[in-house]
Amino acid sequence: MSGHAHAQGDGPEVYFQYEDIDQQQESYVVGMWAFLMTEVMFFGALFLIYTLYRWKFHDTFFLAHEQLNWKMGGLNTAVLLFSSVMVAFAVHFAQKGKKTAQLICLGMTLMCAFGFLVIKSFEYGAKGDHKLYPNYTFEYGAHDKDHKVESWWDDNLPAFMHIEKKEQHGDPKNAKLFYSIYFTMTGLHGLHVVIGIIAITSLMVLIIIKSPLITDYVPTELVGLYWHFVDLVWIFLYPLFYLIPR
Amino acid sequence: MSATLIDNATAEQPRNDRNYLNADHTLKSWLLTVDHKRIGILYLIAVTIFFFIGAVAAAMIRYELTSPHGILLSSEVYNKTFSAHGIYMVFQFLVVAIPAVLGNFLIPLMIGARDMAFPRLNLLSWYMFMTGGLLITLSFILGGVDAGWTFYVPLSTLSETQISLCLVGIFITGFSSIFTAVNFIATIHKMRAPGMTWYRLPLYIWSHYSTAIVILLGTPVVAITLFLVVVERGFGFGIFSPELGGDPVLFQHLFWFYSHPAVYIMILPAFGVISEIITCFSRRPIFGYRFIAYSSVAIAFLGFLVWGHHMFLSSQSVLQGLIFSIITWILAVPSAIKVFNWTTTMYKGSIHFSTPMLYALGFMGLFLIGGLTGLHLASIDTDVHLTGTYFIVAHFHYVMVGGTIMGYLGGIHFWFPKMFGRTYSEMWGRISAMIVFVGFNLTFFPQFIVGYLGMPRRYHYYYFAPEWQFYHILSTAGSTVLGIGFLLPGIYLTYAIFKGKKAGPNPWGAKGLEWEQAGSPPITENFEKPVLVLEDPYNYNPEEDSKMYEHEVESADMLGGRK
Ligand code: HEM
Ligand SMILES: [Cu+2]
Repeated sequence: MSGHAHAQGDGPEVYFQYEDIDQQQESYVVGMWAFLMTEVMFFGALFLIYTLYRWKFHDTFFLAHEQLNWKMGGLNTAVLLFSSVMVAFAVHFAQKGKKTAQLICLGMTLMCAFGFLVIKSFEYGAKGDHKLYPNYTFEYGAHDKDHKVESWWDDNLPAFMHIEKKEQHGDPKNAKLFYSIYFTMTGLHGLHVVIGIIAITSLMVLIIIKSPLITDYVPTELVGLYWHFVDLVWIFLYPLFYLIPR
Repeated sequence: MSATLIDNATAEQPRNDRNYLNADHTLKSWLLTVDHKRIGILYLIAVTIFFFIGAVAAAMIRYELTSPHGILLSSEVYNKTFSAHGIYMVFQFLVVAIPAVLGNFLIPLMIGARDMAFPRLNLLSWYMFMTGGLLITLSFILGGVDAGWTFYVPLSTLSETQISLCLVGIFITGFSSIFTAVNFIATIHKMRAPGMTWYRLPLYIWSHYSTAIVILLGTPVVAITLFLVVVERGFGFGIFSPELGGDPVLFQHLFWFYSHPAVYIMILPAFGVISEIITCFSRRPIFGYRFIAYSSVAIAFLGFLVWGHHMFLSSQSVLQGLIFSIITWILAVPSAIKVFNWTTTMYKGSIHFSTPMLYALGFMGLFLIGGLTGLHLASIDTDVHLTGTYFIVAHFHYVMVGGTIMGYLGGIHFWFPKMFGRTYSEMWGRISAMIVFVGFNLTFFPQFIVGYLGMPRRYHYYYFAPEWQFYHILSTAGSTVLGIGFLLPGIYLTYAIFKGKKAGPNPWGAKGLEWEQAGSPPITENFEKPVLVLEDPYNYNPEEDSKMYEHEVESADMLGGRK
């Protein structure tokens, strides 16, 4: 009889190791938060590395970040924020048992996730074209030999804060460090987005085929928690990489 | 948590001869099992294999060191050998052994649950552990890894051996422990039987809870750090590389931020095992339950603040070193509290020198030496001389082998009747416990001396100081004895699994749900009757026990009165 679930009335399924549905749901939520603790430490170490290097090589990091496209990053931030709202609604509708509304919200989240990746891939592509991909192809400053770097700061900050032209690039080695961290962190974040896409898609499929695995709102809540975490990481990544103040 | 347990068991009343082992015999039923007890057994088999590989590497190291000029291995192969030894032993054995084998098996039984909170995740952890182990093994088959278990950059980023593959393996193993820890936390928080309050939990559970917290907070950090090494190697990025202004010492900081807590991942579960064994075989309630419980938690948190003591000579400022040194000294206090409490527990107890107890006593002596020599290393001025020598090698073997492995073996012997429903030969058990103790000291005590004299670790020759050969030969001889001590349980325990005498549900007369309310071996659902906990743990009574013992001597008839 091991492994079999036993149903209590028409309520959601309770697995055999649990006493009742409350215990089951609470366990899942505790487990998810414990896992998110791990994820926080996972990215925390990367943020620490970044912070230390930025402190040490502040000038170069500032100059290097100007090549990041803050508009695209900002757009992506908006996309993710919107998706977070959608997933919150999905959990809400799941609790209310409104399946169609829930599926629509999850679908919107999914579209946002794909949108994020598409925008991100344009950004990555542009970095490659400008020879900013931090391996042997890296050639810092190759791009703006012919183009002037457009910087929001140039137009909006008082003149005394403008960067002098001679230090336009900073030390190319340290800049490579910047891009190494940038690609690693955004790459890992992108990987989390992909995992999120897989999770949301499986959830939707399971709901649509009326799988016995999904009988209440808890799976949606877990996916939601995960997705909020993915957003949260980006909320830190965006200002730290794209909006470095002088 | 209010409803009664096992309401589904009534439908199919389990008969007495049914248990989790004979529930199903097919290989598939083992490989796809979600039963925490079977998963524990799967882990038992796996870690035994990995231990064996690590031990073969150790034997090669010891053989090589019997001559000042080296005998068998070239420098490169020697580097790969000690790397293999460290990597298998640390990542594939010590970190996993007690939590994944005994923890998986016992936690639900001890708290009165039918299974872990997430049985399928539990099985997934095992598969990830095996995948990690296979990748590591593959990396050694394809040529090996020469950067040691610490993988310091830039050696590990520049080395031309199979480091990336090996690191990916360790990364996966790391996530396997994270999933195990998630399972432990959810299980201990939410699956306790009615009446099982936090302060009625066996100390074993407290120590596993603390371990799970350390795993959750520490493992991701080392995972990402090692991952960054893979990224540097694979994509040509540079994160720790000094040519780009990166800081190799930062790698060490991040590595030890995990790896110091990791030593507590290895030792805390052993503490838990010892608390159970000492109380049972002294027949006394534990002395200072809350002190022991909270010292585990204190160790878990303080353990994150001392990593710098591995880096006194790695460009730390003296002030930094001082701070890390002081916190390390403070951290020794909770460990000492435990040893004092166990000793006090035994005082006026009715002590039985059964096999598990011998291991536990051995543990206390060896861990004491290991911990005290840790303090020599925690003081900057002595560490400057001792770091990088065999003194360190001896220190951490005293805590890891003398602590964790003694705890593990003690635990295996203690719960063996529960796991397999049979008893092993007590005589062979005691003999091999003694052999392990003697062999261990013979192996590692000379290393303190030769390390103090200056023998550097990770060297495979010492032609510059041939007078050290005496100590090395002692050590190698000792390791042979130790090897026999490890081999013997392998033989008589395996024999006992199939041919041992049948054990009753509680052969030791121990307290605890797993002994008092579950069969040996337990049924798949663990308990046949609903579990309700009304007593404090360790409700032993030494006077009653010794009276019983006297009567036993006076007249065998009185034995019938023994509960
Ligand atoms: C109670 C107290 C302990 C203290 C004060 C202590 C202190 C230290 C110090 C200061 C070092 C660094 C020496 C150096 O690199 O120069 C060290 C190394 C080490 N300790 Fe401990 N330790 C303690 C317990 C443990 C335990 C319980 C374990 C494992 C179960 C352990 C495992 C290790 C290992 C593996 C190393 C060497 C790592 C390496 O360099 O490869 N220690 N210890
Ligand atoms: Cu340490």
